[in-house]
Amino acid sequence: MNIIVCIKQVPETTEVKINPETNTLIREGVKSIVNPFDVYAVEEAVRLKEKFGGKATVVTMGPPQAEAILREAISVGIDEGILLSDRAFAGSDTWATSYTLSAAIKKIGSFDLIICGKQASDGDTAQVGPGISAHLDIPQVTYVKKIEEIKNNIARVERMTEEGFEIIEVPLPALITVVKEINTPRLPSLKGMMRAKQAKITHWKAQDIEAQAENLGLTGSPTQVVKIFTPAPRAGGQVLKGETHEIAEKLAEILKPELN
Amino acid sequence: MDYLLTDEQKMIQELACKIAVEKIRPVAAKYDQTEDYPWEIIKILAQSDLFAIFVPAEYGGTGGGIMDLCITTEELSRACGGIAVCYAASALGTFPIILFGNDEQKKKYLPDLASGAKVAAFGITEPEAGSDASAIKTTAKKVGDHYILNGLKHFITNGGDAETYVVIAMTDKTKGARGASAFIVEKGTPGFTFGKKEEKLGIRASSTRELVFTDCKIPKENLLAKEGMGFIVTMKTFDMSRPGVAAQALGIAQGALDVAVKYAKERQQFGKSISSFQGIQWMLADMATQIEASRALIYSCARAIDAGCKDVGTSSAMAKMYASDVAMKVTTDAIQILGGYGYMKDYPVEKYMRDAKITQIYEGTNQIQRNIIALDLIRQAAKIK
Repeated sequence: MNIIVCIKQVPETTEVKINPETNTLIREGVKSIVNPFDVYAVEEAVRLKEKFGGKATVVTMGPPQAEAILREAISVGIDEGILLSDRAFAGSDTWATSYTLSAAIKKIGSFDLIICGKQASDGDTAQVGPGISAHLDIPQVTYVKKIEEIKNNIARVERMTEEGFEIIEVPLPALITVVKEINTPRLPSLKGMMRAKQAKITHWKAQDIEAQAENLGLTGSPTQVVKIFTPAPRAGGQVLKGETHEIAEKLAEILKPELN
Repeated sequence: MDYLLTDEQKMIQELACKIAVEKIRPVAAKYDQTEDYPWEIIKILAQSDLFAIFVPAEYGGTGGGIMDLCITTEELSRACGGIAVCYAASALGTFPIILFGNDEQKKKYLPDLASGAKVAAFGITEPEAGSDASAIKTTAKKVGDHYILNGLKHFITNGGDAETYVVIAMTDKTKGARGASAFIVEKGTPGFTFGKKEEKLGIRASSTRELVFTDCKIPKENLLAKEGMGFIVTMKTFDMSRPGVAAQALGIAQGALDVAVKYAKERQQFGKSISSFQGIQWMLADMATQIEASRALIYSCARAIDAGCKDVGTSSAMAKMYASDVAMKVTTDAIQILGGYGYMKDYPVEKYMRDAKITQIYEGTNQIQRNIIALDLIRQAAKIK
């Protein structure tokens, strides 16, 4: 079973600073880590590889220093890392990012499953995973909390919803995005860290993945960030007091006009 | 201070620190209370290859040395000296096989110990043979192709939980210390049972039990080195393992200082944080300097051993004695800095102090270490004359 995991390097802090002029993240002086949700994607890929055999490849798009997170993935059992790094990729939105990643996946060739974290902790869009599946024209299941079974080229997975979960069967090849409930990621082993240190990371530029220049980076991004701001905190709200039935009546009175 | 660790040693340090902070620190108080053996952590250490670092590569290890063991033990002890000693005691039980095992013994036992599938223990101490190891009463009698072991070992770290034991027993009582021999004994051998588990002041996550031998029959292939080599095996093993105990003491002291510094910055009295008072600052400065001096002594001793230097007995005695005395002092001072809070179990410093005490006692009391150092001084002086 061949698995591809897409991961992203993000700033460690959750309180990211935004450059007010360009509306982009200020990355300087902030430690970079693997996007926390992607750690679960990597762990799931390693577990599937251990169970079914095959190869697990990890891909990231980012600046040259993003190589570090590929090595981190290798240290816990991923076989190979591919870094997509090119000035032409700079400024990509989720559309251009998923286009670029899908072009790299086409170049990798055959695969059974693509795994992504449910979203990145910096952008929080949750769009890149689904975007890749659209570009590749393969089925997707988002928010997967368990892979129950993979048999006869069909994966049966549990998809988390707000009320509970759905059981979905999906033909392979497919893309899933995973939530943190899916597993407990392992720590690296010393031998894994040594292997990761010596591993040769493949570097691909735009021309290596045969990507259309007009679809890349800022040019290829239909999204324009107009403004990033912290929303004003919500106003105080209203506390109802009294006996339970009185509160219920008052609440109903308040809600009635809102329903119409 | 930069100790110019190799890339591999930095990796080991990073990994051990990660395990200590993420996995051990959250459960240290729990194991201190329950006295259960920390199998969940042992499994993590095994999966991370940390039992492999002191085993030669041809037997499933990574071919590291005492320095690697010290770095790991120090980091683990920063979070819990009790859990760290479960790990270090396995190294203690593994060293005699690395040092004196023949190829067959190494092939048979080392791979499982390197992978952490099995934990090891070393047994010499008896109720009446502590510092005076020549008073050992456990006997091993050769009968045909076997040895028959009889006797009692006590205070054995990892006793009952380890699978592989190296045990010292007398093969010829008439020869005194030269009549002792070392044997590998596997858990489950008929006639080999365990006595009560001791309740301890500190390092409570580790298990300490009696080993009971009642006509315990082991194949003659389990003899390490030759008959009569038991004390040589023990002394050489302790020369290797003492820096590890020193590193445990070092880690405990560093852990206590970390807590004391953090607390001193947070604690407000007389309208300011207590870290602004010179009285506290000087205590912290002394603690940090003593810790750094221990570290320098331990690392240089460990590096000398790894470089193959012969006479390491004195420097390893110095490292163990100094680091453990520092640990006792630093942990006591850490409690003082935390005041009443430090005395309570809500903060971890009282545990650091309880854990520190044993490092002055086991693997040779600090008084015995001073004997070793003094004897060597006198011997050197005699040569000059």
